[in-house]
Amino acid sequence: MPLWLFIFLAALSIISSLGVILQRHPVHSLLALVLTLIVIAVLFIGLGATTVGFLQMIVYAGAIMVLFLFVIWLLNLQSQPLEAGRLALKLIGALGSAALIAELLAFVLHLPAPLGHEHPVAPDYGSIGRLAQGLFSRYLIAFEITSILLLVGVIGGVALARRTAAGGAGGSM
Amino acid sequence: MAIELLIGAIKAIIVLVMVLQLSAILLWFERKGSALIQDRIGANRAALTGVGRRLGMPNLGFVNTLMADPLKLFTKEDFVPAGADKFLHAMAPFLAMFPVLITFAVVPFGDVLIIGNYHINLQAAHLNVAALYILATIGLGVYGVSLGGWASNNRWALLGGIRATAQMISYELAMGLAIVSMVMTYGTLDLQAMCHAQGGVWFGWLPRWGIFVQPVAFLLLLTAGMAESKRVPFDLPEGESELIAGYFTEYSGGKQAVFMLVDFAEIVLVSALITTFFFGGWQFPWLYPDGFHLPGGAFFALPNLAVAIIGIVSFTVKVVALCWLQILARWTLPRFRYDQLMRLGWKGLLPLALANVVATACVIVVGGV
Repeated sequence: MPLWLFIFLAALSIISSLGVILQRHPVHSLLALVLTLIVIAVLFIGLGATTVGFLQMIVYAGAIMVLFLFVIWLLNLQSQPLEAGRLALKLIGALGSAALIAELLAFVLHLPAPLGHEHPVAPDYGSIGRLAQGLFSRYLIAFEITSILLLVGVIGGVALARRTAAGGAGGSM
Repeated sequence: MAIELLIGAIKAIIVLVMVLQLSAILLWFERKGSALIQDRIGANRAALTGVGRRLGMPNLGFVNTLMADPLKLFTKEDFVPAGADKFLHAMAPFLAMFPVLITFAVVPFGDVLIIGNYHINLQAAHLNVAALYILATIGLGVYGVSLGGWASNNRWALLGGIRATAQMISYELAMGLAIVSMVMTYGTLDLQAMCHAQGGVWFGWLPRWGIFVQPVAFLLLLTAGMAESKRVPFDLPEGESELIAGYFTEYSGGKQAVFMLVDFAEIVLVSALITTFFFGGWQFPWLYPDGFHLPGGAFFALPNLAVAIIGIVSFTVKVVALCWLQILARWTLPRFRYDQLMRLGWKGLLPLALANVVATACVIVVGGV
């Protein structure tokens, strides 16, 4: 990926993630988040991790964000003034972001390789075949455990939804 | 380098223009086709100042309708309802259009065309994970419709948007799994390689098309694709009798025209994908890169240019035929009820698609294909 393209995409991702926290309306914030996720997916693809980039687009930008949209509509969230919120929450948020920035700084100061030093990678790096070989051989147990975890989550979600539908006024749209 | 960029740009423009043209022609196709089905004449009023008719020329309904419909729509008032989110209201039609159009970039419309030293792969963008790309762009198509419904500040529009989102998410699963079974069958995510894999014949005469291997996946992709394009019998999001026009109730003029064009572009997209996965893409029966090898053993040599053109025409004819099939279904079937729609998606198509994937995997492992 040429440097100018990287700088452009990085700037776009920063601007759109600022949009997530500076917009007043939840739906606008959500759209900014979708844009951020797509730009990050494009960055992944540009860096050679094609499969991860497209999976990011399918799972996060395509599926999870639509669920966010549904939740915003179902809870009927409206525009919030920026100064709303409790002081304690703001303090916790500030501390958390300070910790994140410190972590990022520590990482940048102790990079494993100096910036501008490129490591050669295999030509099929990031391809779906390479990813699948890793997933189904070396990391098979982790992969299977994750899938069981997801399955439990799905079954739990269905069980919870059924109980509310039977107890209260369950209905469809 | 410059010439390669130019070739890429020309291919992209050709694909874009072809898709938009076909979508616009489908509008006329649908008006005339529905008239044919319902024993009417249909779309016969548009005439350029009546000159042609006065001179005794044949009715130019086709040309006139193609000009009159967009002219009428684009000169109408662009109305934005009070309390609407103006920015998103204007953005929504284009958010719906964009993912559909960029999906065509990976659909191969021909084999290799050789001009001088250049071997031109007739596909706007060659991507070796094209199937993933398709799933990603189709997933983004939800936003235009749902935000159009939300930004209109209208309850019918919002209901239409919510229905559209729920429907598209539900049928995306079956669609994705149908594509997965095709990926397993061909052992590649590359659409051009899939088309190449469908060349050749079985038993000396039957083309090696995907539909003969995966008929269930074909039906799944066709059904889910029609549901994705939100037309009858899956037109719950815009059901006129309940929701006025659903998510585009509050749209008029040019934006409404774009939403309509998205519907037709989606029909073309579904047809193009089905052609690529199941009907050999640009493959023509018994045509090989060097010419025709007929079942009887006869052989006609053809130059590369002729083979490439036959391939492009073959792809176009298949796409148009599948578009016609979808229009035929739209004017034949009644609309589903909402619960029937959801039951078909989640209890019908999804388990069938999963079973198909498992069966495909079993055949590949046991048969060693």
